[in-house]
Amino acid sequence: MKAETRSGPAGLAEVRRFVDLEIAPHANAFERAEWIPREVLSRVAELDLWAPFLPSEFGGAGMDMVTLGRVHEEIGRGCSSLRSLLTVHSMVSASVHRWGDQAQQEKWLRALACGEKLGAFCLTEPDRSGSDATAEGTTAVRDQDGWVLNGTKKWITGGQVADLFMVFATTGSGMCTFLVEADRPGVRVTALPHVAGTTASMLALVEFTDVRLEPSALLGPQGWAAGTVMTNALGLGRYSVACGAVGIIRAAIDACAEYTSVRSAGGVPLRDLPHVRQMMSGMVTARDAGRLLCERAGALSDAGDPATIMATWVAKYHASKAAVQAAGDAVQIHGANGFSPEHPVGRLYRDSKVTEVIEGSTQVQELTIAAEAYREVAQ
Amino acid sequence: MSNDARTQIRTFITTKFPDVTFSDEEDIFALGFVNSLFAMELVMFIEKAFGTRIPNEELHLGNFRSVALMADLVARQTSAAVG
Repeated sequence: MKAETRSGPAGLAEVRRFVDLEIAPHANAFERAEWIPREVLSRVAELDLWAPFLPSEFGGAGMDMVTLGRVHEEIGRGCSSLRSLLTVHSMVSASVHRWGDQAQQEKWLRALACGEKLGAFCLTEPDRSGSDATAEGTTAVRDQDGWVLNGTKKWITGGQVADLFMVFATTGSGMCTFLVEADRPGVRVTALPHVAGTTASMLALVEFTDVRLEPSALLGPQGWAAGTVMTNALGLGRYSVACGAVGIIRAAIDACAEYTSVRSAGGVPLRDLPHVRQMMSGMVTARDAGRLLCERAGALSDAGDPATIMATWVAKYHASKAAVQAAGDAVQIHGANGFSPEHPVGRLYRDSKVTEVIEGSTQVQELTIAAEAYREVAQ
Repeated sequence: MSNDARTQIRTFITTKFPDVTFSDEEDIFALGFVNSLFAMELVMFIEKAFGTRIPNEELHLGNFRSVALMADLVARQTSAAVG
C-alpha cells in the first residue's frame, strides 16, 4: 500500500472527485461484500489521506484539524466504513505521535503516514460495555523480558486488515497502552460478519493469548496519566465521527434531491410536496449546524485550546443525532425504494446509527454535556 | 513565574468549578471533581498557557495533585526549555 510520490495530500476538490467517482458509486457493493478492496485503500494512500496531520518529518503534511475534518466529511459522504478506517488509523497515528518515544515514532509513523501499515484501536471488550473503558479484562503482566498480554477485544474497526493494534490493558499500576503488531505470535483475528452498520469496516474480534511484548511496546505514561492517552485518542475519533456524520447528512440530501426530482406522486413531483420540503430543509439546516460545530471543534484543537474537548462532544452529539434523523427521513422519502440496495439511503441509515454508538454514545454524551451546562449556570 | 502560574492554573480550575474551594497545596483529586475529561483539559491548558509540551515522564498524578505542584511542573518545563 505504498503511496506514490506526491507533493502533499489531495486537496478537498480532489478528495471530492475521488469520493464521487471511486467511493460513493461502490459503497453499497462494499457493504454487501462486507469488505473494502485493497485497491481502494491503496488509493487513499496515493492521495496521502491516511494521516496527513502528521508533521512532514514523519511523512505527513501537518494538515490542520479543520481541513482534516473536511476530508473525513467528504469520505463519510461516500462511505462510512472507509471513514471508520480513517478514524481509527488517525487515532493510532496521532497517539504514536503524541505519546511515542523517539524509537516508537521512527519505527511506526512514516509507515502509518503513507498507509503502508494500518492501525486499529483496541479498547472495547466482549463482556464489558464500550462506555466502561476500564479494559479490565485484558491484562499485561511485566516480567524480566517485557510484557505478557492476555485478553480479548471486540468490535475492532479495521481489525481484519490492521498491521498495528493499539491495545489498552490493565497492569499493576492501572491501565496502560501497548503497540502490538498483528502478526505477533498469540494474536488471533476473527472477522465479525453481518454487522448492521459500517458493515464494510472489516470489524474483528482480536484475541491476545500469552503475547510476548518487548518493554518498548508500552506507549505513553503509565498509571493515572494513561487515561489521558485514551481520552486524547477518543477525542480525535469523536471529531472524525462527527465530521463523517455531516458527510452522511450531505449524502442523504444529495440522494433525496435526485430522487424527488424524478419521482412523482399523483402527478406531482415529490420535490414539490410540502412535507418533502420540510424534511429537506431540516437536513440542510442540520448539515450546516453540524459543519459549523465541527469547524469550531477543529479550530479549537488547532489552537491547542482545552475547550476543544467539550466542543467536540457537542459537535458529535449534534451531528450523529442529526445524521440518524436525516438518513431516516431520506428512507421515508424514498418509500419502499429506501430499503433497496439500488439506493444509498438504507445504508446511510444503518451507518448513521453507528455514529450514535461509537466514541461516546449519545447517552454518555448527554451526561457529559449536561454536566457542563450545570457548571456554566453555576458560574 | 511560579505565582503567576499558580494564579493562571487556579483561575482555570475555578472557572470550571466555581463551587469548589481549595488551597494551592490541597489535593484536588481528593475533592472528587476531577474526572478523566478534566484531567485532559488540565494537561492541554498547561501546555497551551505556558507554551510547553509535558513529557511522558512528568505525566503522573503526583505532578497534578495540587495547584502548587502543577506550578512547580510548569517552572521545571519552562526552565528546561530555556536552559
